[in-house]
Amino acid sequence: MSPARRAGNVYARGLGRGKGDGFLSTAVWLAVALVVGAFGWLLFDVVRHGMGGLSLSFLLDGVESSGRAGGIGPILVSTLLILGVCLLASVPFGLATAVLLAEFTDAEGSFGRPVRRSLDVLAGVPSIVFGLFGNALFCIYLGMGFSILSGGLTLACMVLPIFIREAEEGFRAVPDEHRLSAAALGFTRSRTLFSILLPAALPGIFVGLVLGVGRALAETAALIFTSGYVDRMPESLLDSGRSLSIHIYDLSMNVAGGESNAYTTALVLVGMLLAINGTASWLSDRWVRKRWMTH
Amino acid sequence: MSRWVGDRSLIACLRLAAATTGSVVLLIFVFLVFESWSALEALGLRFVTDSSWHPASDPSEGTFNLTPMLVGTLAATAGSMLLATPLALASAVFCNFYAAPRPAQLYRRMIELLAGIPSVVYGFWGLVVLVPLIRQIEPPGASLLAGILVLTIMILPTIALTADSAFGAVPESYLQASAALGLSRTTTLAAVVVPAARSGLFTGVMLGTGRALGETMAVLMVCGNVVQTPASLFDPIRTLTANIALEMAYALGDHRSALFVTGLALMCIVAALVLLTEAAAERWTVEGP
Repeated sequence: MSPARRAGNVYARGLGRGKGDGFLSTAVWLAVALVVGAFGWLLFDVVRHGMGGLSLSFLLDGVESSGRAGGIGPILVSTLLILGVCLLASVPFGLATAVLLAEFTDAEGSFGRPVRRSLDVLAGVPSIVFGLFGNALFCIYLGMGFSILSGGLTLACMVLPIFIREAEEGFRAVPDEHRLSAAALGFTRSRTLFSILLPAALPGIFVGLVLGVGRALAETAALIFTSGYVDRMPESLLDSGRSLSIHIYDLSMNVAGGESNAYTTALVLVGMLLAINGTASWLSDRWVRKRWMTH
Repeated sequence: MSRWVGDRSLIACLRLAAATTGSVVLLIFVFLVFESWSALEALGLRFVTDSSWHPASDPSEGTFNLTPMLVGTLAATAGSMLLATPLALASAVFCNFYAAPRPAQLYRRMIELLAGIPSVVYGFWGLVVLVPLIRQIEPPGASLLAGILVLTIMILPTIALTADSAFGAVPESYLQASAALGLSRTTTLAAVVVPAARSGLFTGVMLGTGRALGETMAVLMVCGNVVQTPASLFDPIRTLTANIALEMAYALGDHRSALFVTGLALMCIVAALVLLTEAAAERWTVEGP
């Protein structure tokens, strides 16, 4: 919500305070303090315990004695490869779907509606179910085994709804004048799409991309039975590779004495995610503000 | 005419791609049914009537009672919803009706970041911080309570962000009218804002429920994973999702198939929640606030 929009809300400016609001105010402030406290506690804890082990060699070195010693080099590489596969598979399909839903079909029509509904359901499917599905389809049925490819493709199914939603928003945010002018100039719809709409919708597409990466990076349950546990440096996409999130899980649950490296890995992962999600919300804010100003 | 042929083929390609992405859900559903078929056929009602959960690949050798884990899942979900919903609503009220624009924006940004923290990190934090704390009150520490607390922090952002935008969408004129009538904040919220935003609030709560039901890693790490019907908040439990994650690695035959039955059940519940939410939202939009 833009600050400009909220300025008209008299209740946000300290007005409208009346008798009997004491309880509500106390409850609201208490709740906010609790939430801020929990967030601060978690972040502080991860930073305090994770900072000590963080160094360049931790990021580059191989995993030793199941993760108690050494670094997370191969795990970072596997994570990036899984992300790469995920994006390569999801972006073309996601972009095409977003274009179709936003530009070429009636959103509530006989084609748009079922596609949208099924994407909404897809967005709600629990990640462990994606894991089961990925294991059955990619690992076993398609014979890819526990591999970076299987993991990446499973994640691709998972990030599709997120990416499509944002990309579609990007297209819907392009003012209609652009389409009308293009039509008046006799552009074909393909030409309009590629030379006008696509460049104009780039911010939304990019935000979708960033949020998708964030979701994929945070995922664990869908990867355990698709990309597997192996902590060696992957040599090909058909090798099993352990993601950062699985490394944290394994260190904290299955490796006695792995806690300190689990903390450091968690710090690396949280740091990456905060950077990624921060970029996304900064971008979409900037983009919204620009839109407010040009209209 | 030939220049329009490009358009036709472009739209055909887009339709094909969209049909593919749209059918991913169907594909998942088909695979789950396909993989769980043998257990459904062999076990049927035994998922609720068997004496315990001691699965084996041969159905005649094992017992397959899923009820304790279903109860565990429902208890953890219900508990976390009870805690997270008021906190999330208060957060959204804070952003829209208490804080000045700048602190509100800051708080909103914090909630967004909270939403982006991976579940495995929440689980890890719960394991090393919350579980030892709970152990001091009553051993063993890894318990339903730990699961509820971690889930609460995890689903709070989902509900809070949806509620925030629902409150933000309440027409300004409603608030001005309410202020002109001299209504207090409490009355305005209870009688004007919440009814006007009910569709968004309902969506938020449903999304949160879906997220809590389907969460795996965090509950797997803090709940203790003992298959039992919990008698108190301090009892360890195992949820349906954690069960899949724990046993999938070595499950064979009908045991593996039984895990897919669990997955299928979860998927059906979540799909029902999503479709119900959308139907409700649609009806409320048509009727108007």
